[in-house]
Amino acid sequence: MGDQITKDPYISHLELGEPDKTFLDTNELIINMGPQHPATHGVLRVILKLDGEKVLGTECVIGYLHRGVEKIAENRTYTMFNPYVDRMDYVAAVSNGLGYCEAVEKLLNIEAPPRAKYIRVILTELNRLASHQLWLGTHALDIGAMTPLFYTFRDREEILKIFEKYCGARLTTHAFRIGGCQYETYDGFERDVKKFLDFVPPRIDEYEELLTTNRIWVERTRNVGKISAADCKALGVTGPVLRASGVKWDIRKALPYANYSEFDFEIPTGVNGDTYDRYMVRMQEMRQSLRIIRQAVEKIPEGPIMAKVPKVMKPPVGEVYHSIEAPKGELGYFVVSDGSTQPYRVRVRPPSFVNLQALDVMVRGQLVADVIAVIGTLDIVLGEVDR
Amino acid sequence: MPEETKSPTPPPSGEPKPPAGQAIPGSVQSTSAQKPLEKPAAPAKPAGPAPIPWESPLVTRLKAQYGSGVREANTYLGQNYLVLEPSITNEILQILRDEEQFDYCVDLTAVHYPKREKQFDLVWILYSFARNERLRVKTMLADGESFPSSVAIWPTANWLEREVYDMFGIKFDGHPDLKRILLPDGWKGYPLRKDYGIIQQDQEWIQINLGIESGQ
Amino acid sequence: MLDYITSYLGMNTTPGQAGNVFWAVVYIFVVFGGVSVAVMAMNWLERKALAHFQIRLGPMRVGPHGLLQPIADAVKLLTKEDIIPDEADRFVFWIAPLIILCASFTVYIVIPFGPTHAITDLNIGILFMLGVSSLSVLGVVMAGWASNSHYPLIGSLRSSAQMISYEIAMGMAVVSAILMTSLNKSGTGTLSMIGIVEAQQQQQIWFLFKFFPLGFIAFAIFAIAMVAETNRAPFDLPEAESELTAGFHTEYSGLRWSLFMLGEYAAMIAVSSIAVTLWLGGWLRPFPNTLTGATWDLVFSLLPGFIFLALALIAFVGVIRMPKHAYFRIQTAGLAGFGVVLGLIGLILFIPPVRDRIQDIFWFVAKVAVFMYLYIWYRATFPRYRFDQLMKVGWKVLLPIAIGVLILTAILGVVL
Repeated sequence: MGDQITKDPYISHLELGEPDKTFLDTNELIINMGPQHPATHGVLRVILKLDGEKVLGTECVIGYLHRGVEKIAENRTYTMFNPYVDRMDYVAAVSNGLGYCEAVEKLLNIEAPPRAKYIRVILTELNRLASHQLWLGTHALDIGAMTPLFYTFRDREEILKIFEKYCGARLTTHAFRIGGCQYETYDGFERDVKKFLDFVPPRIDEYEELLTTNRIWVERTRNVGKISAADCKALGVTGPVLRASGVKWDIRKALPYANYSEFDFEIPTGVNGDTYDRYMVRMQEMRQSLRIIRQAVEKIPEGPIMAKVPKVMKPPVGEVYHSIEAPKGELGYFVVSDGSTQPYRVRVRPPSFVNLQALDVMVRGQLVADVIAVIGTLDIVLGEVDR
Repeated sequence: MPEETKSPTPPPSGEPKPPAGQAIPGSVQSTSAQKPLEKPAAPAKPAGPAPIPWESPLVTRLKAQYGSGVREANTYLGQNYLVLEPSITNEILQILRDEEQFDYCVDLTAVHYPKREKQFDLVWILYSFARNERLRVKTMLADGESFPSSVAIWPTANWLEREVYDMFGIKFDGHPDLKRILLPDGWKGYPLRKDYGIIQQDQEWIQINLGIESGQ
Repeated sequence: MLDYITSYLGMNTTPGQAGNVFWAVVYIFVVFGGVSVAVMAMNWLERKALAHFQIRLGPMRVGPHGLLQPIADAVKLLTKEDIIPDEADRFVFWIAPLIILCASFTVYIVIPFGPTHAITDLNIGILFMLGVSSLSVLGVVMAGWASNSHYPLIGSLRSSAQMISYEIAMGMAVVSAILMTSLNKSGTGTLSMIGIVEAQQQQQIWFLFKFFPLGFIAFAIFAIAMVAETNRAPFDLPEAESELTAGFHTEYSGLRWSLFMLGEYAAMIAVSSIAVTLWLGGWLRPFPNTLTGATWDLVFSLLPGFIFLALALIAFVGVIRMPKHAYFRIQTAGLAGFGVVLGLIGLILFIPPVRDRIQDIFWFVAKVAVFMYLYIWYRATFPRYRFDQLMKVGWKVLLPIAIGVLILTAILGVVL
């Protein structure tokens, strides 16, 4: 193993030095958490440089899921590219679609009608809830608690049922169109959503009961993967990770989009920036999402769901950057148009990609078992990291 | 891959753009033989998007300090952007972080305009928490020109620059570890360039690495 | 020869003490068979209970409600290819699971199922049990070493470190229970397993409640340490799949792996038996001292029968709820048959001669079964401890408390 590893171009970066000549004569060990690993949430390769159990450095090798989405965008029209966007962060597909549609709507200088905005907000917040539930299940499983996985997936089923009734797909929903929504809400949509709103809060309490005050959970997550607010800002880390470090910043409040300014909700923040705080922040975000959905579903106005969009979409020459608060962080779209029907350049600013950079900072000096906890707490989706 | 016949230009400085809905403006040298179907001239929309000059203390200060280095400072669709000369961009980025509190580098990317003399548009999207303001900074690079790395200014730029290098081939001086990030190590070519032969490259890689003919 | 066999029948000591080899061997087979059946039942129960905790059903197809699943698993493991890594040390690789198995099964010769129902009664019984069960550490290290791969090696070293650390806390807790045995009229304590339960009977209190809360704390320490000793959740870091090292049994496949599993479950039952014997009154029926008298004795003696009848009832309810479809006929019939068997056992347990003899064994097994269920419950509920936290709990929390309890028990024993 040694020979193969030292020829690896990634290892040189870790500077495997001379063995320490201490009285214990320990060697530094390089361990590969290969692309196939039960706990890396996708095809992610992490190379760890260890001193016994302590992590001295990490290197992430990504790109196993690179599909060239940005290149594809240059060969598709704006509407044709819409379904591709779901496949990046496949766990929270609706948010991706929202970001892209809003970015192109900005370019076209049109606005979705109010009813469409309400539908978008409801579906996006349901999506946020689903994404966080999946995160919770898999994160708890990595740390060893097997049961929350099944509970969260069972509850996630209800959300996916609503999506399926609405647009026919559970995971890669392609729910929105440029200019609004394609599908009118089905008969009984409000009733389903309200039933869901009554069904879910006790379940979230159940998850908290299992984990929040569980001594073993607290010991595994407190002071693990700490990152300070200054480091977060410098590394460009956004989303619940940033909020858990104490920065009260959410794009839905700072630079509102899609009528979020009409809703009353809070931004949960943490104090220490460790894994436990990130867990608490995401649990609170789930509850805040429920709050937003409750307000939205009360107030859906009647009206059209699609704005007047030209059949052949040719945005004027220009570029725009629009970002939304995806469940994972700031998801941004930088769309450059050259006046033709196909975008000239679509750049997706993926939150997971930028958050993954922080892994190195977060696990230095911690133990090997913490690496897995930290990867789980960053909530990365490799589809988004690699695009 | 259809070639773009019209060379897209950056929003023209100072000149208000004709309102949207009309045919593609005359800023493009029309090779009319291959233009797509033009929209019939629609009635002028009330407020067409046009880059308007951006006045702010930041801009005045930078213009005062760097003069012609700041080529443009406009607002398009409510988003402010600066177009700078490559030689002074690094300093200005430093100033933006240190003094203007743009402490968060949201994104760093590039756009390739093969018909232009300075082919690459390097774009930084910056955000200031304190001011709740977003700013785009652009500079233009020629093919083969390298640029000083922003990693010292924002550590975020580490992987972002690697991706720009991977996709476009723009080298960054002073980057701690400039190597390909998304594509395999031995990959030849830079995919997001407009003159990149996808099908030919795909077949070549598959033939070399997998030993079979590509299905394309 | 026949005299030899029948000469034992009148005695009321264990075959080992009586020196009767034939009956000792018979008892060994019975216990060995019983433990194997118990391990299979435990396997089934674990999958079903874990599944029900996780809102799913678990095995349902192989036999009605998955009752034949352990057999299917056993057959699968037996017929799997036996892979030995190329550079593994073959002899050590072969012998490691055998050591664990022997260590885990040897302790059963002193486990008391009743006042005379044990294979033998060494008068150092508890010491023997603790000593022999510690031998499994050797097997773990050998397994990790022989695999010639650094992940199993790291896993086995961690596992052995864990087992050794928690044995010390276990030992301290055990000693404090032993101290309590010396508080009877004769003033001498005993290490023999049967003697410990008889001491509880004489002192008319289960050691769990003696010098409350000291006995309880000692029991709690032992209960936690025994979970760590057997590498079960929440202390199963060395064998968890989502951690970096996959454990000492990574390179084992098929039958050898099943031997590890067998050894693990047998060890679980063995340490639970120690806990039951030392603190929970062994084979004594519940409330032997508060609910005394012939009627209560009768009531409690009827309980085994009723429990089996209740299980039969559950089986019949399951039969009624089976889908009424042609494909399910065999399963329905199987479940009904199983219910009938349980019912028959229940009815047999009502017959007075059987009732009297089966009492002790039944209560002992019932208490151990409760512990088994607790093991599964812990696995479903708790996340895993990180290794350094695990060692911290073992050395810095359990051990000081155990020593403290020991000292206090000793003081109270002298004073009171």
